[in-house]
Amino acid sequence: MAEIKKHDTPMVDELKGGPWPSFVDDIYSYAEKHQKQACFDLMGQLELSYKHKETHWKHGGIVGVFGYGGGVIGRYSDQQEQFPAIWAFHTIRVNQPASKWYHTSALRKLCEIWDHRGSGMLNTHGSTGDLVLLGTVTEQLEPIFFDLTHQMNMDLGGSGSNLRTPSCCVGKARCEWSCLDTQALCYDLTMTYQDELHRPAFPYKFKFKISGCPNDCVAAIARADLSIIGTWIDDIRIDQEAVRAYVGGELKPNAGAHSDRDWGPFDIKKEVIDLCPTQCMHWDEKEKKLYINNKECNRCMHCINVMPEALRPGTDTGATILMGAKAPILEGAQLSTVIVPFMRLEPPYDNLKELIEKTWDFWMENGKNRERLGELIQRIGLNRFIVDILGLKPIPQHVREPRANPYVFWKEEEVEGGWDRDVAEFRKRHPA
Amino acid sequence: MSDKVYEEIQNTQLDEIYSKPYDPELAEKLYNPQKPMENRITDIGPPHYAQFFPPVIKKNYGKWVSHEIVQPGVLKYKSETGDVVYVVRVGCPRLVTTDYIREVCEIADKYCDGYVRWTTRNNIEFHVTDEEKLRALLDDLKGRKYPGGSYKFPVGGTGASVTNIVHTQGWVHCHTPAIDASGVVKAVMDELFEYFGSHKLPAQVRIALACCLNMCGAVHCSDIAILGIHRKPPLIEDDRLQNVCEIPLVVAACPLGAIKPATVEIDGEKKKTVRVNKERCMFCGNCYTMCPAMPLADGEGDGIAILVGGKISNRISPPKFSKLVIPFIPNEPPRWPTTVKWVKKILETYAQHARKYERLGEWAERIGWERFFELCEIPFTEKSIDDYRLAYDTYRTSLHFKFTSHVEPM
Repeated sequence: MAEIKKHDTPMVDELKGGPWPSFVDDIYSYAEKHQKQACFDLMGQLELSYKHKETHWKHGGIVGVFGYGGGVIGRYSDQQEQFPAIWAFHTIRVNQPASKWYHTSALRKLCEIWDHRGSGMLNTHGSTGDLVLLGTVTEQLEPIFFDLTHQMNMDLGGSGSNLRTPSCCVGKARCEWSCLDTQALCYDLTMTYQDELHRPAFPYKFKFKISGCPNDCVAAIARADLSIIGTWIDDIRIDQEAVRAYVGGELKPNAGAHSDRDWGPFDIKKEVIDLCPTQCMHWDEKEKKLYINNKECNRCMHCINVMPEALRPGTDTGATILMGAKAPILEGAQLSTVIVPFMRLEPPYDNLKELIEKTWDFWMENGKNRERLGELIQRIGLNRFIVDILGLKPIPQHVREPRANPYVFWKEEEVEGGWDRDVAEFRKRHPA
Repeated sequence: MSDKVYEEIQNTQLDEIYSKPYDPELAEKLYNPQKPMENRITDIGPPHYAQFFPPVIKKNYGKWVSHEIVQPGVLKYKSETGDVVYVVRVGCPRLVTTDYIREVCEIADKYCDGYVRWTTRNNIEFHVTDEEKLRALLDDLKGRKYPGGSYKFPVGGTGASVTNIVHTQGWVHCHTPAIDASGVVKAVMDELFEYFGSHKLPAQVRIALACCLNMCGAVHCSDIAILGIHRKPPLIEDDRLQNVCEIPLVVAACPLGAIKPATVEIDGEKKKTVRVNKERCMFCGNCYTMCPAMPLADGEGDGIAILVGGKISNRISPPKFSKLVIPFIPNEPPRWPTTVKWVKKILETYAQHARKYERLGEWAERIGWERFFELCEIPFTEKSIDDYRLAYDTYRTSLHFKFTSHVEPM
């Protein structure tokens, strides 16, 4: 083994102190133990970045594995002489199991691969959900891919102008509020669209995220072009006895989420009834009974969140489908907007897939280079997207409010007599 | 619940492949660079999720009826079957090594039959079914520290706390950042550590960081967001640009139309390049994303903007974008003291004034942004006034405002 070169990193070392787990201490402990030059060089380059207050990674880098057009983020140091072990330092996105459960037998084996073929550093997890193997050289990409597929039954995640790795909240695996089999749906969509994930064929990136309820623990409404968020269409289930237990102080509001501060005794009127955004709840003090006018409920989850022992989502469950979220570049940040208020989702999810494929067909044909779906919807208009492209009926749920300006397009066939007119005929009635 | 899904979950077993030892030479045997498509496996997707469910999770899938937070960082879920599972949530720095993962595995093997999961905010969750194991696990986690003294597995991140900071690559791996990610996050979490392991706030506070305005992650919808920004237009390498950039893509990459194609003469040779109208450039860096010959990083120019008041959930109020309240704080590695100071100041002012259940954005909207700036003692500058396309919607077109220290009668 070549001699290890350690760098002086006084500024980076200052991040070893303090109570929050120190990535610096972790990386240096690992580097010392395994004598990994890449770790020392990475910390050395980080120190240089702290000194210059500028990144020292070169622009871009196109690397990958045969058969796929994405999954690996190429990266090269701009200080290759000083930090030769990270002159190439590529990242590999590994598709995580839905909602990120693991068994140690799998994790330990992955660690062995990564010690052997990479820097030993990783991100658990990337923001999109992938398990990120941080830092290896180009020659190791194929062997790592072979190790992953042959010895781990694991595949790469997405990158580039394609379907990115879908992700989901913990769902029914460990949450009483989930209105969806989030993992099952996430897995099914990932498997169904493997080709779209591995081989970029889109105008730009496209993300799926699936949350089991409107608390949206995977941030689907903000971070996915297609946001699938669980909800229900029937009544909230009420256990009146448990409601009384909350009112009587036997149960802690919000499951004890505010336990370290004295907020006074639980006041159902103040904490639930008055905070309901639609004011559709009533607590009858005499009867000791909670009433919900479910027809007026917008399923915001607040009352359920406050009294989880007493209130539960309904049993006729499905999802709201929203589209178009994205970060600011290019036309400004967008949250997803409601497209289908309620869709029942059972395997094989044909109703959802039909919607997805209709959307993709149109976007792939009409989206401009690097135009996210949300920008395309803005460009052509939500009304046209819903009616003309998806063939859906426009309903008030599609908007927060109707338009205020009168600049309304009509199609010629909607107007009696059409648009072909003769000014001479007009002049017969209205001499100039 | 779909019976079909439940049945599939019950029938999924842990893949035997993971119990087979790793063969470090297998890949070289299977992969032949002369015949790269031979022995290639593709499109297998992720491992099936259900094989990694602990038995209690598998059995009670879809049967959970309620939960409580026993103490900060410890959740208890009850199933209709009568089963109970305790969850211990611990902070994780996200950027970790395989030795860290091995230590996670050691803990999971010792207390959790080898099962473990990560959350959507990169915390780690350990699951146990009895209280004795829970206590032993909590004791064990408390004692695990790095040589420098930081906790490896601090317990917390539940309820009305500051949980983990969703963050990005920074100077550790990205080519477009204006700031570091891991270092800033460490500095902020050290200062707010007491809020990670306690339930003292009016509601949960989500802090996120993005090292440039591509905003990978959740910065645009977080209670407090730390965003890397540039303040100088890109440099243009005229001699190299036409060789490494697709000029129409560069022109189209500018949200403000500040870039136009140009021709220059270098050593008697005509070269195609671009020109940036510096008056129209707001330093987003998207042209550099498209074109390596337009770098814009700058030690003095770059720094942090703070945005606040965003949220994802639909609870009480609809999801909100975060809004820019501090336009610039310089980069101050390795501890970013000014950034840390402001994040703490905003957090604690919110904690002092907001009502129970009120998220930071709901509080700021209720009291009015003018009062938010006054209470947080943040100087208001013209940089917070929107001037991009739909800016008009953010102006104050009413007499509904409060008189604060900002108003000087004319």
